[in-house]
Amino acid sequence: MSVVFVLAYLLAAVLFILGLKQLSSPRGARNGNFTAAAGMVIAIGATIPQLHFTVAGIAIIAIGVVIGGIVGAVGARMVKMTAIPQMVALFNGVGGGAAALVAVSELLHFGRNPAFAEAFPSVFSIIIGSISFAGSMVAFAKLQELMTGTPITYPGQQLVNAVLAAAILGFAIAVLAVASVPFSFVSLMVLALVLGVAFVLPIGGADMPVVISLLNAFTGLAVAATGFTLNNFALIVAGTLVGASGSLLTKLMSDAMGRSLTNTLFGAFGQVKAGAASAAGAQGRQVRAGTPEDLATLLAYSRRVIIVPGYGLAVAQAQHAVRELAELLEKRGVEVTYAIHPVAGRMPGHMNVLLAEANVPYEQLKEMDEINDEFKDADVALVVGANDVVNPAARSSPGSPIYGMPILNADQAKNIVFMKRSMRPGFAGIDNELLYDPKTIMFFGDAKDSLTKLVSAVKAA
Amino acid sequence: MSTELLNEFTFFVLAVFVGIEVISKVPTILHTPLMSGTNAIHGIILVGAIFIAAGASSPLSIALGLVAVILATTNVVGGFVVTDRMLEMFKGRQAPRNP
Repeated sequence: MSVVFVLAYLLAAVLFILGLKQLSSPRGARNGNFTAAAGMVIAIGATIPQLHFTVAGIAIIAIGVVIGGIVGAVGARMVKMTAIPQMVALFNGVGGGAAALVAVSELLHFGRNPAFAEAFPSVFSIIIGSISFAGSMVAFAKLQELMTGTPITYPGQQLVNAVLAAAILGFAIAVLAVASVPFSFVSLMVLALVLGVAFVLPIGGADMPVVISLLNAFTGLAVAATGFTLNNFALIVAGTLVGASGSLLTKLMSDAMGRSLTNTLFGAFGQVKAGAASAAGAQGRQVRAGTPEDLATLLAYSRRVIIVPGYGLAVAQAQHAVRELAELLEKRGVEVTYAIHPVAGRMPGHMNVLLAEANVPYEQLKEMDEINDEFKDADVALVVGANDVVNPAARSSPGSPIYGMPILNADQAKNIVFMKRSMRPGFAGIDNELLYDPKTIMFFGDAKDSLTKLVSAVKAA
Repeated sequence: MSTELLNEFTFFVLAVFVGIEVISKVPTILHTPLMSGTNAIHGIILVGAIFIAAGASSPLSIALGLVAVILATTNVVGGFVVTDRMLEMFKGRQAPRNP
């Protein structure tokens, strides 16, 4: 490799690092994305002149780049803001799949008895890349609601996973120590795909962001391993950066949800019963429901209102309606703020993006630590399409799956208004005591319809 | 261990530390965009896909190369565009005072 290409790869690596740095502060985040993209263009540009192309090679690269480019750009442009998490899962999965395919191709190329130093990273890349691909597809299906978001468990699940892992290890050893034949490494890939599915099935929809982040780190490592096989510095550095930062990010996300990573990934085993029991205990209890006029009066004559937005608001596309209500209340002299739980929406930071899209002023968005002490002075906590993030069970019942998760102190407000479609439990699948609180007024319906009714009622009040 | 492998291993270990260090102070609101941004960066596998596709001649290598290039390009382009869409929302307004 000539000096120019080495320096170009070095420049690309530096741009990736700077890009990541900028991406982790609000001010420079968007530039950070451009910086990283520039690094990508340089890395690819420096690769092309190093290679000898066959005619077929030029053709498939051109066709592949056009197809992939269109799919990626159109997919990313068209996707609704609420569906961003599953889109990220999809883009991550295809990256893992590409890493596995590159490794398969290299093993084919090496022949029966490759050097260990080249075969080992290929085998690693096939396993991890395939797990990431299959796992991301399941995560996508869960978030897109193509399949149930509740954990899927069955007897002997851990045993099945252990057998799968053992079989994968067996084939890996066969490829490395006996003979690298297509039967062995294709079996390896198929088994790793199955393990990827089996790994994500028992994890609930609410935990998918953490899973996607983990699989993102996996893909990074698979890419780095491919770099060792191809002796390519750019792949090693970029892949490792993603593997390392992705692992840390996974931990940070898990922490924001107040759970350990092990609990998130393997918590489904043996927890099914507890959830069912608490749901059964809620049967036949009374809640207080209010009319739009009652609520409009309550809101219009309050001094301080704190809005707690949740995923229900995002699904109903009610960001604009909630802003309209807030503006109306402010004109009447009510002080309105939004309390944003770290995991409101489907991913950390998701709700900020959605509200920003609806032009809600940044100053009104308060993070949990900032606003939690203010609930006790609030006249109304208006909970729109949120549930688990205000569930006092997180504080009080050690048996609950969300026990220990930091929550918003909505229960300390003088009145609590819940806008919900039904009494159905939230994403974590557990009942919420706050719904039965005497201070609570329920307002059932789609968040957007309800807010629209409320807006006209406030206008009349 | 060959010198080349040793060099690669050195880069690998150093990159682990840089990767952890560089994002250690990320505020919660940027978790999703950051994940999406790193997701785009591992699209560098496109370089690997181009490596294997370049010399393709047999039907099997052509098929593998083509699929790998499609998947990797989707990762790169989709990853950067979707990250930009998220971050676009933060444009032109005051950054949070308490990141």
